[in-house]
Amino acid sequence: MTVMPAPDEAANTRTAATRGGGTAAPAESSAPIMRRVKSKLTSRWATAAALVIAVVWTIPTFGLLVSSFRPAAKQVGPRSDGWWNFFGDWQFTFKNYADVTAAGGSQSANLTQYFANSLAIVIPVTVFVLVLASMAAYIFAWGKFRGREAAFIFVFALQIIPLQMTLIPLLQLFTQVLQIPPGSYTQLWIAHTIFGLPLGIFLLHNFISEIPGEVIEAAKMDGAGHTTIFWRVILPLSVPALASLAIFQFLWVWNDLLVALVFSGGTADVAPITQRLAEISGTRGARDYLNPAAAFVSIIVPLAVFFSLQRYFVRGLLAGGLKG
Amino acid sequence: MEFIGGKFLQVVIALAVFAAIIGLIMLLVDRAPKSAKDKITVAGFLAPAAILLLVGLVYPAAQTSFLAFTDASGKLNGVDNFVWMFTQPEALVTLRNTIIWTVLVPLLSTVFGLAYAVFIDKAKGERILKALVFMPMAISFVGAGIIWKLVYDYRGPEIEQTGVLNALRVAFGMEPKQFLLDAPENTIFLIIVMVWIQTGFAMVILSAAIKGVPAELVEASRLDGANPWQQFRNVTIPGIRGSLVVVLTTITIATLKVFDIVRTMTAGNYETSVVANEMYTQAFRAGEPGRGAALALILFLLVLPIVVYNARVLRQQKEIR
Repeated sequence: MTVMPAPDEAANTRTAATRGGGTAAPAESSAPIMRRVKSKLTSRWATAAALVIAVVWTIPTFGLLVSSFRPAAKQVGPRSDGWWNFFGDWQFTFKNYADVTAAGGSQSANLTQYFANSLAIVIPVTVFVLVLASMAAYIFAWGKFRGREAAFIFVFALQIIPLQMTLIPLLQLFTQVLQIPPGSYTQLWIAHTIFGLPLGIFLLHNFISEIPGEVIEAAKMDGAGHTTIFWRVILPLSVPALASLAIFQFLWVWNDLLVALVFSGGTADVAPITQRLAEISGTRGARDYLNPAAAFVSIIVPLAVFFSLQRYFVRGLLAGGLKG
Repeated sequence: MEFIGGKFLQVVIALAVFAAIIGLIMLLVDRAPKSAKDKITVAGFLAPAAILLLVGLVYPAAQTSFLAFTDASGKLNGVDNFVWMFTQPEALVTLRNTIIWTVLVPLLSTVFGLAYAVFIDKAKGERILKALVFMPMAISFVGAGIIWKLVYDYRGPEIEQTGVLNALRVAFGMEPKQFLLDAPENTIFLIIVMVWIQTGFAMVILSAAIKGVPAELVEASRLDGANPWQQFRNVTIPGIRGSLVVVLTTITIATLKVFDIVRTMTAGNYETSVVANEMYTQAFRAGEPGRGAALALILFLLVLPIVVYNARVLRQQKEIR
């Protein structure tokens, strides 16, 4: 999608200049001026409305960020007040962050462990999905077999199945048939990989099928087999699409709660940070003042990924990277 | 720290096993006899994904469809679960809430997203303004739940408010309100959280679509004397129709499956449950897998027509291009 140059301003000045040439009747020349004044006015209102939306959308997160640096007594208890008072009294502390990440008894949030769990879940899943989806997408795009189209449409259609429909049987399958021990990463790795595949195959297929056939023919002429073509030609050319998919996959899995609740067993050995966060924020109590800091520890990674790789993320969205 | 070392080791082992499997497949494909090479390549490249999808998605979906007609002990009970869903007051509240969610979230997110995309189009600092509204997309629903719990925070009227909204209410001389407890409007306050997240998505897609509307068309209608609103209605909107459909349907599907927000903010109490949350509660907390499966099946039936419609619109667009 190409970004159109802003034509408004240029056109405006041009018409003004030609009309301003002198001989036009007053009635004729006043109309565009009126229009310009009007559109300036509306654009001022539009800018104001946009700023209001931007502020309203940012304040909740900003409030949480400020709260996470306020001492406990300011957040809960009789001397507590709203986070906006921070700008009057400037009481600032890192203690909340130290507390939530410190290893301690079962009472402590112990977020370092859960943070490591999230990474240990996300990284392999992202690799698995990228490799398996690109292998399948390559065959769907360039392989030769009967029913290729139909099979691809079937995979695409699998996106319809809501996660919720698979949870009960999948859990039974894992624990009873495959005997995968509960409370290990394995269940989470496999489950997330399965759920990521349909969209991954679809996204990568769109990209890989657009690679010019001559490139692949040329490689074949040089004596390259399917495996060489796949690893040496297709994958390097698909880096932009792979980057988009990797970001999606990373964000979904990092932010997931439902799959974690069903398959993780909930212990500090395996459960991801979202699950711990849901736990500690779900119980009201004297340690409520840790919630903002805990939430920020979990938000920081996706935000960093998001802001540094926003371009690929948006490109993926526009390519139809939509999943619920 | 030793814990973390153990985790790291598990990850390394998993990646090594995976690499070994993939390496083996590649080796088999490479060494295959010439006559069967193409077939073996297709089989080898597709097998891992195909097995995972068939065993992990197709079979469970079929199994769940069957489970929906069984009771807690696994015996067939006909349509009892569905009768329960459409007659019991607590289940009906769940359905009602789901309908409110799926009407309001797509509508509000799209309206806000579109308005914002139009307002900031070609404005100074467009990229930063976009990032601000887009940012909630990167935040987990759990994180969003905590963020908004703070916004909705309630204290008794005698002490200082810590939530922004209640502080505003008090400043205007009103009583503080228990936003998340007072039914039925508490559902609306949960919906706002989802709108906050999805608006960024709508905005990004629609912003790109608006930039794709030929500038000459807009300019022509301007020269014909159309005011900005008429330009928007008669030129921009028809130009982005396809994207509007995609945005609306995608957000609708995401909303139907919404779980985490309800789970973290109210756990479905105070009459705020929705189908996806109730499904989890029934299947994994209340020991009623049959009812959970029935709710999941309903979810599937609700999503199905939207996806089909979406796919058809996308195909039409491709044909036009």
